[in-house]
Amino acid sequence: MLYSDPFDTLLQLQRALESPRSSSWLSSSTSGDGAFPPLNVFSKNDDLVIVAEAPGLKKDELDIQIKGRTIQIAGAKSLAYGDRVSLHRRERTIGRFSRSLDLPVEIDADKVKAEYRDGMLAIFLQRAEHDKPRSIKIA
Amino acid sequence: MAAGQELEVQKKKELASQQEKTIPARFYVPATDIFETSDALKIVMEVPGVPKDAVDVKVENDVLSIEARIETTNYNGLEPVYTEYPVGHFARSFTLPDQVDQHNITAHLEDGVLTLTLNKRPETKPRRIAIQ
Repeated sequence: MLYSDPFDTLLQLQRALESPRSSSWLSSSTSGDGAFPPLNVFSKNDDLVIVAEAPGLKKDELDIQIKGRTIQIAGAKSLAYGDRVSLHRRERTIGRFSRSLDLPVEIDADKVKAEYRDGMLAIFLQRAEHDKPRSIKIA
Repeated sequence: MAAGQELEVQKKKELASQQEKTIPARFYVPATDIFETSDALKIVMEVPGVPKDAVDVKVENDVLSIEARIETTNYNGLEPVYTEYPVGHFARSFTLPDQVDQHNITAHLEDGVLTLTLNKRPETKPRRIAIQ
């Protein structure tokens, strides 16, 4: 590309994000309750990355559990306005949430990494070695 | 679990501002709480994925405008497979009321939450009159 402009990459990302929204890849296997932050799931080679917008959470309020193909994310979000204030507008949501996802691949639970930065939660999942496809050589 | 279960997910609203953006990307309206204390008006908005140096706060003609840009480099090499929310920069503007001191506005960003403190002008604060 002649001009590599950061806005261009964003537009490409926005377009790429639009297409899978209609797919049924996970929709029948997610469940949850509470005001859950929405999730985006990305793939990187064999691995999966789950990204959620979760501004204003505390790290110790997040609980991530993995078993086999299921990952559960739970947490709570609360807001403190302080005493003697008058509220003019309230759009942010609060409350406890919990969500589980059934993944299409088996996950190596020991290699899961989670990161919380700038209000974004990212969970890096590695596909279990025994679950990866193997290529068979023709003799 | 039950298919088609309604998840309580806050939809992101795409920005429809009076001034249109000239860059080819969509902006979104950050969820915002506004509340008033005795000496300031506070605007708290959620801008997840925005680093500290990518927030612009401007005051012009009694309008406070905020633009917060997300870090897109984190998405390099990632292929979306399932999406529930759109990704984009954030922008929103507010008309300032008279009692706000436009030279005394502070901003603080932590964990994707931007807090703007709009201090009131001293002459607009309630005063107690002593009885002599």
